Amino acid sequence: MATASAFSYGKEQHLDPSAPTLPGVRTAREAPVMRFMRSEAGKGWLTISPPLLYAVLLLIGPIIVIVANSFWSQDYLTIDRTFTLENYKAALTEPIYRDLLMRSLFVSVTVAFVTVILAYPVAWFVSFHGGRYKGLWLFIITVPFWSGYLLRILSWKVILGYKGVLNSGLLYLGVITEPLSTLIYNVNAVIITLAHSWAAFAILPLFVSLEKLDRSLLEAAADLGDGPVRRFLRITLPLTMPGIIAALMIVMIPTVGDYVTPKLVGGKDGVMIANAIQVQFGKASNWPLGAALAVSTMVIVSLLAGAIVLMLAGIKRLLK
Amino acid sequence: MTALPMIEIKNVDKVFGNFRALDTLNASIGEGEFFSLLGPSGCGKTTLLRMIGGFDEPTSGTILIGGKSMAGIPPNLRPTNMVFQSYAIFPHLNVFENIAYGLKRLRLGREEEESRVSQALAQVELTGLGPRMGNQLSGGQRQRVALARALVMRPKVLLLDEPLSALDKNLREQMQVELRHLQRQIGITFVLVTHDQYEALSMSDRIAVMFSGQIAQIAEPKEIYQNPATRQVADFLGGMNFLTASDVAVNGKGFKAALPGFGAISGHLSGKAISDPAQAIIGIRPERLRIVWEGETADPMISGKVVDRNYFGEVTSLVVAIEGQAEHVSIVETNDFGADDIPVGSDIRITYDPDAFVIMQG
Ligand SMILES: Nc1ncnc2c1ncn2[C@@H]1O[C@H](COP(=O)(O)OP(=O)(O)O)[C@@H](O)[C@H]1O
Ligand SMILES: [Mg+2]
Repeated sequence: MATASAFSYGKEQHLDPSAPTLPGVRTAREAPVMRFMRSEAGKGWLTISPPLLYAVLLLIGPIIVIVANSFWSQDYLTIDRTFTLENYKAALTEPIYRDLLMRSLFVSVTVAFVTVILAYPVAWFVSFHGGRYKGLWLFIITVPFWSGYLLRILSWKVILGYKGVLNSGLLYLGVITEPLSTLIYNVNAVIITLAHSWAAFAILPLFVSLEKLDRSLLEAAADLGDGPVRRFLRITLPLTMPGIIAALMIVMIPTVGDYVTPKLVGGKDGVMIANAIQVQFGKASNWPLGAALAVSTMVIVSLLAGAIVLMLAGIKRLLK
Repeated sequence: MTALPMIEIKNVDKVFGNFRALDTLNASIGEGEFFSLLGPSGCGKTTLLRMIGGFDEPTSGTILIGGKSMAGIPPNLRPTNMVFQSYAIFPHLNVFENIAYGLKRLRLGREEEESRVSQALAQVELTGLGPRMGNQLSGGQRQRVALARALVMRPKVLLLDEPLSALDKNLREQMQVELRHLQRQIGITFVLVTHDQYEALSMSDRIAVMFSGQIAQIAEPKEIYQNPATRQVADFLGGMNFLTASDVAVNGKGFKAALPGFGAISGHLSGKAISDPAQAIIGIRPERLRIVWEGETADPMISGKVVDRNYFGEVTSLVVAIEGQAEHVSIVETNDFGADDIPVGSDIRITYDPDAFVIMQG
């Protein structure tokens, strides 16, 4: 900066009355780029740029490949790179894919709402009644997630299976006379398993938003005549809506694309769109169709997520 | 207070774990009274106010409002409303909705609700601010919204927890006057918590001065200021010179004594009886000692030397060594006559009302 300070005499000092009197700290001659780099925001960008670059490359790269593929076609063993919309036509109109997509959306939305409805009371309890042991409670909640994803799904097989824990228990209690075959290998089993798998991911954002809730607002609501239920509906629920939305999205978006759970506990009726995509990229070896299915799913899920966010924002405005 | 008691606090204790936050409190607050709880931070003012509002229950003792015991009654069922220290404005609602919050449950109908809210907005001079969101308000506006939101419920008792402490000085003084006017106008009981003695003195009908969980004195502002019950109260309500006298003779509500440097003095008892005159402390407020200017004379008149001077704008505080008195005394003079120009080290003469002294048990 010593060079810049040589110019920072005379009139230029008057151009910027807010400039510190120390010469060379900031002068009018400095290039805008340099000035940006020196600003608070600039420093921030500079600091995050390596991981940002890394993340962008890893995120954008595959998406470009997928989107490009979706406009090409499979010509037996080679890829024909002439532009075509045939894949999208197949993805969006063939009944099998439409059904799978609808089922996936149904499963993911149901799982998201079930998970959040079950996670909310847990998060609420830890935040409001965890006292000194909040940290311990959160720790306990994450314990099941130390075991692998597959193990957790398989343990649900043990619970829901034909000769599983649930059936044996019900038989023992005399509630049923022969094992239920409807517990596993259907959509319900997929929903139950996924809701459990994602519970902690829903609890954490809900917990954070409940922690941020100013308790004196609840006292003010009580002071103005509200009992516990009204306090919850008029204060807690609208003010934790960002946490609810985050939890819903965190659960909903990845579950649409889950193919391990449906494969293990979903049976024939539990197949989801990701299983079809997997087949296209694998056995069927039709990358362009798989890509079109993937892109369509991505776009539709984004639209659905947007719609849900708007709906919840609307509900928030109604709660007053 | 001649009015009926609105709030009665009877032998109230509050214990947190093994810490006694409130110790056997007794007080009676009249209908339509402006009552202040004054004391240093941490003395238990908020704890007591929260128990009146129903946010905490006493460990033992009872609180009655309008003659009815409030034991076990939650805040939403008490005839009180609170202005919280943090104001607790609902950030997701606009000003109108904040103020209408408590009215919604009453199902007054749209017109009645709107007219009540507009009236409350006018009362706190926020007309036109209804659509502004709760999280876009300045400190003073938040304070007014919190006030309007409580007043619109037409409570019998309004509880205010340091409502002005977050405001800057000018706004605070303006709001003190406005709050006092408002209370006179609507005539309900106000219980104000504050740690600012001037606020308490200027606004209240009566003040309870609290120290570490106990009430030291309950009296009208003038009485508290002129006749503080204890040295602690005297100290908290603006400065006081504390001196040791000999030959103390207490006689009913008055006393006579010999004070080194001052000679024979007299004065009155403050509140409590003096059990041991030999251990008693004599107090005099700095503004009751006055400078005798050149060319004037006075009786009684004593002389001293200025050892320190502090300038406060409208007044100057002088620390003076008085001949024959071991303790330095402080004097506060208005600056009209040039007290701010008296150099440190100069000799001055002092006069006082011989009856201006108070005596307290040490
Ligand atoms: N919930 C609580 N648990 C434990 N101690 C508390 C609690 N609330 C207040 N106290 C203690 O009680 C004392 C009085 O507090 P408070 O009434 O807030 O004082 P003030 O309002 O006069 O500043 C303080 O020492 C405070 O630490
Ligand atoms: Mg307090």
